[in-house]
Amino acid sequence: MDTIFYITAAVSVFATLMVITRHNPVHALLYLIVSLLSLSVIFYLLGAPFAALLEIIIYAGAIMVLFIFVIMLLNLGKETAKQEKEWLKPRIWVGPAFLSLIVFAELFYLIYTSVPETNSAIQTVDSKMVAVSLFKPYILAVELAAMLLMAGVVGAAHIGQHKKSNLHRFLKETDDL
Amino acid sequence: MNETLGYVLLIAIMLFTLTTIAAWLIWLERRMLALWQDRYGPNRAGPFGLLIVAADTIKLFFKEDWIPPFADKKIFVVAPTIIAATVLMSFVIVPFAPGILVSDMNVGLLFFLAMSSLGVYSIVLGGWASNNKYSLLGALRGASQMISYEVFMGLSLMGVVMLSGSFRLTDIVMAQENYWFIVTQPVAFVIFLIAGIAETHRLPFDIPEAESELVAGFHSEYSGMKFGMFFIGEYLGIMLVSSMVVTLFFGGWLGPDFLPPIVWFILKTFVFILLFILLRASLPRPRYDQLMEYGWKILLPLALLNLLITGAVALWIK
Repeated sequence: MDTIFYITAAVSVFATLMVITRHNPVHALLYLIVSLLSLSVIFYLLGAPFAALLEIIIYAGAIMVLFIFVIMLLNLGKETAKQEKEWLKPRIWVGPAFLSLIVFAELFYLIYTSVPETNSAIQTVDSKMVAVSLFKPYILAVELAAMLLMAGVVGAAHIGQHKKSNLHRFLKETDDL
Repeated sequence: MNETLGYVLLIAIMLFTLTTIAAWLIWLERRMLALWQDRYGPNRAGPFGLLIVAADTIKLFFKEDWIPPFADKKIFVVAPTIIAATVLMSFVIVPFAPGILVSDMNVGLLFFLAMSSLGVYSIVLGGWASNNKYSLLGALRGASQMISYEVFMGLSLMGVVMLSGSFRLTDIVMAQENYWFIVTQPVAFVIFLIAGIAETHRLPFDIPEAESELVAGFHSEYSGMKFGMFFIGEYLGIMLVSSMVVTLFFGGWLGPDFLPPIVWFILKTFVFILLFILLRASLPRPRYDQLMEYGWKILLPLALLNLLITGAVALWIK
């Protein structure tokens, strides 16, 4: 199990690095999908099959498709890739990378020094337990999220609504012919 | 060790059978379409024209496998494999008969939904990588169609999950021992079937391809065996949706004792495969906006209503 975890984790880290460094937006998104899939495998290994599959259905299957959808509509060509290339000069990324390195070192130190409390014995969380925790202790959060989504739907419906206009001269109601 | 070997053998047999049947379905479809339209169909190669599939495959292999110079080569090559891979992966959780199934995971139904949602990438990436206006339009339509129909595909299945109390497909089949779920969930069955047709983009809903307006839609630029891959993926999808319909609503392998369970399963599945072909022969293609309106304004409220009523009745009986 540990080996599988480390392989998946390595894939995930590598894919995420590739997301940041690709110049072509669609290639970057594809690496992001790989990263999400490997995260899902990690969830599965840690005993959360329900969360693992929701990760694929919602993130990899729906949200990323919408991302690709938008990028397809934008019709980004070679020029955008060139522009991205210019933006990704060492002068730009050295500063943030150095700062993140400090945080990473701290994280490494913390993990290295901390003693694992209850190791091994991974509990599998099945869908029933997820449902119970969602509808008992976290019911307020679920309802708030539902309201937020409703607001989004209403907004989208408002933006998307338009009067039907007949372009063909025969269908026009005004008889100005 | 012996168990592992058994699984490997089972997977190998399944892969071989599924791809062979999927290829043979092309012959079945052409013969049945011809029959319903008062023609003969392919009847020259081999007995009843059965070898037409082999002939077609050989022809596809000898065709020039052309990658357009303006295409994004890597993605162009990867795209057709995604659909075949995701559909074949979904067959992992289909219980053909007691004992004949690869993985009996406790979130099987979600796995099916996850794999079918990943199948969208095949169309989207194939259309985008072709770098062609027609392909792009096909890909856009495919993406929006599949995303919207996935929503109520999942919602319609939740009634079945409520009644059986499990996402595990063997549990769902066993819960249908007294009566099939088609009896209590007819609305869910209709919604799932329609969404399944839209997911496999078969003829009434083959708007991503729409050969009368978009050349061949998302696979306009594909030739040779890459096109064959999309084709096989489509037929595998038909088989998958048919077998899921049978598992979820028609009692899976259950049936009277005079035939073994696997035979019942195959018989029921073939009825639905034939239904898919009949739909192709008889229905016209809707317009794109009609398809979306139909989905969001009719099927989604129906699915939600079905969910509500099923939940209420399940609680009331309890």
